[in-house]
Amino acid sequence: MAEQTQILKVENLHTWFRGDGRIARAVDGVSFTINKGETFALLGESGCGKSVTSLSIMRLVPEPGGKIVQGRVNLHGQDLLQLPETQMRDVRGSRIAMIFQEPMTSLNPVLKIGEQIEETAVRHKTLKEGQTARQKAIELLNAVGLPDAQRRYSEYPHQLSGGMKQRVMIAIALAGDPELLIADEPTTALDVTIQSQVLQLLRELQGETHMAVMLITHDLGVVAEMADRVAVMYAGQIVEQADRETFFKAPKHPYSIKLFESLPNRTKRNQRLAVIQGSVPSLATEFKGCRFEPRCQFAIEDCKNNVPVWQSFDELGEETGVLCHRFDPRFESQFSEPVQKIFDAVAQSDDPVTTRGFKELLKVNELKVHFPIQKGLFKRTVGHVRAVDGVSIDIPQGKTLALVGESGCGKTTVGKGILQLISPTAGSVNLDNEELTNLAKHQMRQRRKDIQIIFQDPFSSMNPRMMVADIIEEGMVAQRVGGDKQKRQTRIDELLNQVGLSPEVKYRYPHEFSGGQRQRICIARALAVEPKLIICDEPTSALDVSVQAQILNLLKELQDKFGLAYLFITHNLSVVEYLAHNVAVMYLGRIVETGTVEEVLENPLHPYTKALLSAVPQVDIDSERKVIRLRGELPSPANPPVGCHFNPRCAKAWQECRNGYPSARSVSPTHSVRCYLYQEN
Amino acid sequence: MKAFGPYIKLILALILIVFSAVGIAQHTDVQLKVLWTDALVYLLVIALLLFAIQAKSKEHLRGPWRHIARRRIAMSAMVVLMFYVAVGLLDSVHFRKALERQAGQTQVHYSGEVLSLLDVVATALRERQETTYSAPFATHAYTKEMLEVDGRQVRDFPRLNYGGAHLNNPEEDKLSDIVANSSIALLEALLTSAFFFYILSVVLARNRKTSVREQAIQILRFRTELPWMIMFLTFMVLLLCVFLIINLSTKYHVFGTDKVGQDVLYLALKSIRTGLVIGTLTTLIMLPFAVMLGIMAGYFRGWVDDVIQYIYTTLNSIPGVLLIAAAVLSLQVYMENHPEMFETLIDRTDMRLLFLCIILGITSWTGLCRLLRGETLKVSQVDYVEAATAFGVRHFNIMTRHILPNVMHIVLIAVVIDFSGLVLAEAVLSYIGIGVDPAMISWGNMINSARLEMARDPIVWWSLAAAFVFMFVLVLAANLFSDAVRDAFDPRVSRSQ
Amino acid sequence: MLAYLVRRILYALPILIGVNLLTFALFFVVNKPDDMARMHLGVKHVTPAAIERWKQEHGYDKPLFYNPASETGNAFTDTIFFTKSVRLFIFDFGNADDGRNITYDITQRMWPSLAIAIPTLLVGLLVYITFAMTLAFFRATYIDYAGVILAVVLMSISGLFYIIGGQYLVSKLLHLVPISGYATGLTAIKFLILPVLIGVIGSIGSNSRWYRTIFLEEINKDYVRTARAKGLSERVVLFKHVLKNALIPILTGIVVILPMLFMGNLILESFFGVPGLGSYTIDAIRQQDFAIVRAMVFLGSVLYIIGLILTDISYTIVDPRIRLGGS
Repeated sequence: MAEQTQILKVENLHTWFRGDGRIARAVDGVSFTINKGETFALLGESGCGKSVTSLSIMRLVPEPGGKIVQGRVNLHGQDLLQLPETQMRDVRGSRIAMIFQEPMTSLNPVLKIGEQIEETAVRHKTLKEGQTARQKAIELLNAVGLPDAQRRYSEYPHQLSGGMKQRVMIAIALAGDPELLIADEPTTALDVTIQSQVLQLLRELQGETHMAVMLITHDLGVVAEMADRVAVMYAGQIVEQADRETFFKAPKHPYSIKLFESLPNRTKRNQRLAVIQGSVPSLATEFKGCRFEPRCQFAIEDCKNNVPVWQSFDELGEETGVLCHRFDPRFESQFSEPVQKIFDAVAQSDDPVTTRGFKELLKVNELKVHFPIQKGLFKRTVGHVRAVDGVSIDIPQGKTLALVGESGCGKTTVGKGILQLISPTAGSVNLDNEELTNLAKHQMRQRRKDIQIIFQDPFSSMNPRMMVADIIEEGMVAQRVGGDKQKRQTRIDELLNQVGLSPEVKYRYPHEFSGGQRQRICIARALAVEPKLIICDEPTSALDVSVQAQILNLLKELQDKFGLAYLFITHNLSVVEYLAHNVAVMYLGRIVETGTVEEVLENPLHPYTKALLSAVPQVDIDSERKVIRLRGELPSPANPPVGCHFNPRCAKAWQECRNGYPSARSVSPTHSVRCYLYQEN
Repeated sequence: MKAFGPYIKLILALILIVFSAVGIAQHTDVQLKVLWTDALVYLLVIALLLFAIQAKSKEHLRGPWRHIARRRIAMSAMVVLMFYVAVGLLDSVHFRKALERQAGQTQVHYSGEVLSLLDVVATALRERQETTYSAPFATHAYTKEMLEVDGRQVRDFPRLNYGGAHLNNPEEDKLSDIVANSSIALLEALLTSAFFFYILSVVLARNRKTSVREQAIQILRFRTELPWMIMFLTFMVLLLCVFLIINLSTKYHVFGTDKVGQDVLYLALKSIRTGLVIGTLTTLIMLPFAVMLGIMAGYFRGWVDDVIQYIYTTLNSIPGVLLIAAAVLSLQVYMENHPEMFETLIDRTDMRLLFLCIILGITSWTGLCRLLRGETLKVSQVDYVEAATAFGVRHFNIMTRHILPNVMHIVLIAVVIDFSGLVLAEAVLSYIGIGVDPAMISWGNMINSARLEMARDPIVWWSLAAAFVFMFVLVLAANLFSDAVRDAFDPRVSRSQ
Repeated sequence: MLAYLVRRILYALPILIGVNLLTFALFFVVNKPDDMARMHLGVKHVTPAAIERWKQEHGYDKPLFYNPASETGNAFTDTIFFTKSVRLFIFDFGNADDGRNITYDITQRMWPSLAIAIPTLLVGLLVYITFAMTLAFFRATYIDYAGVILAVVLMSISGLFYIIGGQYLVSKLLHLVPISGYATGLTAIKFLILPVLIGVIGSIGSNSRWYRTIFLEEINKDYVRTARAKGLSERVVLFKHVLKNALIPILTGIVVILPMLFMGNLILESFFGVPGLGSYTIDAIRQQDFAIVRAMVFLGSVLYIIGLILTDISYTIVDPRIRLGGS
């Protein structure tokens, strides 16, 4: 690798948080360098200290409580931590700029976006000769690809979509002509198609300005797509660092290895996913040995008692190395298993998915959920938000249907409409040959034991004021299942065992559990009433990859055991590949393509499905995929485009597409698509 | 069964208290008289005890209280509040003494005068009445009178009947007498607090299984988990005040006397109950309405929400003072026209106090109701409520099991914050003439009657001062305590995260 | 916008009707006019004739709702309900017990009330915001800590103490301004200084503390971090970014009380002998003049509802996120 200009050198950084009499060592001895023009990715799961690292570089650690206690942050040899605050302000926004995860809240809601961009330019005097601040702002808005920059200049943040706000954030960051841009999870809050637009923009801008980018993310796919070099963080430390090729070809640290193995995809369909046992340790603990030791499958006794030392592999590239005893010459010999064998260690599960007949369980026909828009003097209804506009799906017993779509497409509303939590405007929901939409309230209440739901956010889906036992028991009491009090308690123990928790936890409160454990309790709660169908509404998207694997394994196991059917609502296509039997792709309240998982994912027909599939960042760095970038963003369901809803964003749209919504065209008995590109039959 | 243990203990203890009270009453020839507000105060105490037992077993309730217990200022304020509460409770046990049995009478007749335990404790203050104003620690009256000195008629300040009556030569002996008595009080306070400190150390040492000596050192060095030393110091200061009052008030009028010669200290002490009753019963009375309506409006939405919103917007739109004025004036007319309904003076003043609490409650529930409605709107969108609906749980159960516990912190914060505002409001309302009955002893009435004497020279300041100081200490303590409660329970105030 | 206003005003009508019925119930149903007369005449002078005369003088000698014996032949309008309650809607408040026209009194007395209320509001706003901003700037330091304690102490003192203490210190001891009274024109200033000052000081504790909480809430938001990441100084962050957002709840919170300023401050006016609506109300309450109390209740709720509507409008002006009528 050629000699490069070093911009930033972080050495032995320690940032601690004090509070409630404890010290949380959020960043505990982190060192790395960033070179001119490169993209350096800091990869890690939530709570590992990657955001605090970036805030420490900017010296924006929230006070009081947070404090940089040790270390150096050298920018071109000058230690930023020693600068007086006034000089540090000249660095912020000018030499180092930063964009944040939540574009929704990161912009000042009462200032025009133009003003917010100008502010940086004026502060750091980056205006060119004869250029007004306004011209500069518009130039930047154009540069970040915001259409109609003149008009956008005087709009307020709430008038923009999430993706546009992130573009504005980038424009603000560019306004100071930074050498280094720190992007803290810049696309996590965005949909895949928007994510790929923003990542593309970052790449282009980097090409033009030669700025370095420090990309903080939890997504291996994003790293594979963007990074030149990667550092993996775990519990406040960097555990592995390498350039992209080295890292993706042969990760060394057991944690990195496990991260790869726990990613779901199609090739792992018939096996259990590798999981990392347990959860991330509290940063308030004092570590005597390796922090990953309790969860590491290779751990030996020495890992527990010796603090690991950084092992460099300079022959593999600059700063490459790993923080693991397995590579320490002192301990290397004690590891029985040769390093190379790790990849085969994936637990093979032999039982294939059972196929217990094809009895139809749920039949949803032309389901519509419209929300009225009221206006005027007497709140007349002037229109409808067509959240769900004619959705038909079938789920056979014991099968999984994945409902895929981006946020705002109405997929969650479909789930709630099936559950009758929202009463549908039209259409039928038929469960086991019984029409649910016609049932009276008390009849429906009795039928509720057959369909259950698991929510996305494990933190809000359980009443924080109730004990686990009461949470699980509630449904049994309401549905009069599980017998008397005594029997119910036995049943609760059994359920907790089934989801992999010890029955002793039943007298504890939800806040004592981690996200993954809570999701297990939620599953136990749903199972308590012996449902036939469980609607899983993004059950893993709030979880870290390693925990996601645990939950996916559990869901699969339960399906095999009890013949459950799942309606799996998600935006994550790799989860779909791993878990689903059938897939339905949803766009703006309607299903555009449906089929078996093989048909839809291997041979997508609808242009939207194609774009969606291509936008997912791939971990495989050799794949030659061509990303189809969609224009614009999801239109409002209150005012959908005339004709095919997708036509304004579709590269292949022609006149016919604007005339009417295409009917379903069957390609095979199971595969159908609603698009004019295909022949009607 | 295990879960009910504490409740059974509590109920047994209460039964014991009631029986012993009845027993004592029978043997000492007194008849208990439970006023309406007394009954409600007892109810409140029982509710608080039940709540404490409940909170002990639930982490989400215990956690915030533990947080409060670690705060120094809050705990110091709590010790002060406990003193006030103790006085208020003493003043909430009323009875009538039996009259001397006349010859031939078989039945016991009871005195028309209703006394409280506080009256008995403060008999010395209550009965040593002068003729009119006198300044604090005065030995002579405030106004001149015709006196007979050596057979001649002289116009001079007469000696007080009780204040400094033990002194032969007031001008020379007063100061040294006060100093001597204060020193004794100081000594007594020190000895008593030393005793209490020992008890505290022994109890804590037993709980923590350390030696008493070690525990004492821990406390003295502020090393304990709870701020025992701060609480103890506060306690010591209060104890000193108590002993000073015990020693001095039997010989002097520490805060002077009022127009009819009543000891101002006695009035200030009696006012404590009035203030506490208004501060607590008002919220107690309005709470069920505010909670029920607020949650219903937020949960059911639709027309239920419209009706409830209409009710509280209507009530809210009337300026509070005017609504209170309108209601109290109507009550006054009613009471004047129906004197037969109120047997004794104390019945009448008590009814008016209760009514004032109700009407204050009506004007102040709307704010809490609106807050609860908003919070319920939020909470009922949360997944766990949806999950409960998906299980077919009934509306009533969802509201009581899922929503109520999760909006309870708002209720608690509102109650503690309202308390100090209500205590202050009493004074203002009494000034306007729509507060408690003029015959009732309250800080408001003290201020109101003293205000008229502001123009006199030398100024009669002591009634005002006493009322303001007693009120200030209570309100300040309540405010400091409520700050801690809000910090601990309000999720928006992030704590050291 | 216009449709929205019309709708709000239509919504306000049922509320006013509710207020009206409530006061009517309090004043005429709980107690009959006879009771009122008896109380006004004093227990000693009560004779049936005296009661009748009193009722006739004050216009209470009619049935409550329905008057079949009406001389004008109008059985519904010639009733207490119509003459005393319904006529409030056209702001005809009738006469006080002493015979004066209430509507006239109100128009005369609102000006002194405003002369105290408006300066108190403006000076107060300036003082509270400044104090709260200072505390927010020095947040989590001893200055902030001491400031909060001071605010708690100040808000624990009874408002009456500020007035009595202020009058005693400034007027009686220092003889700086007259104790009480009022004059028209510029001479009013010397009568106004003390009440305004006391009005401001009286709520410095609670308001400053409240504003401080609002500021701190804003300071912890993400956009402030963005502003800091731009390299802006703490001063610019506070004054440009935080203040602008924090002023939204503060200003809109004030709009709701703006119309109520007409009603005056009861206690201040009464202590300082200012002939405003506040002291008017207090005097009416003390003299048990139900006609005036009823009028003030109605006026108060009208002003409150106007305040609510103004609040909604002001939101659309200061907060770009909110548009009226739409959802």
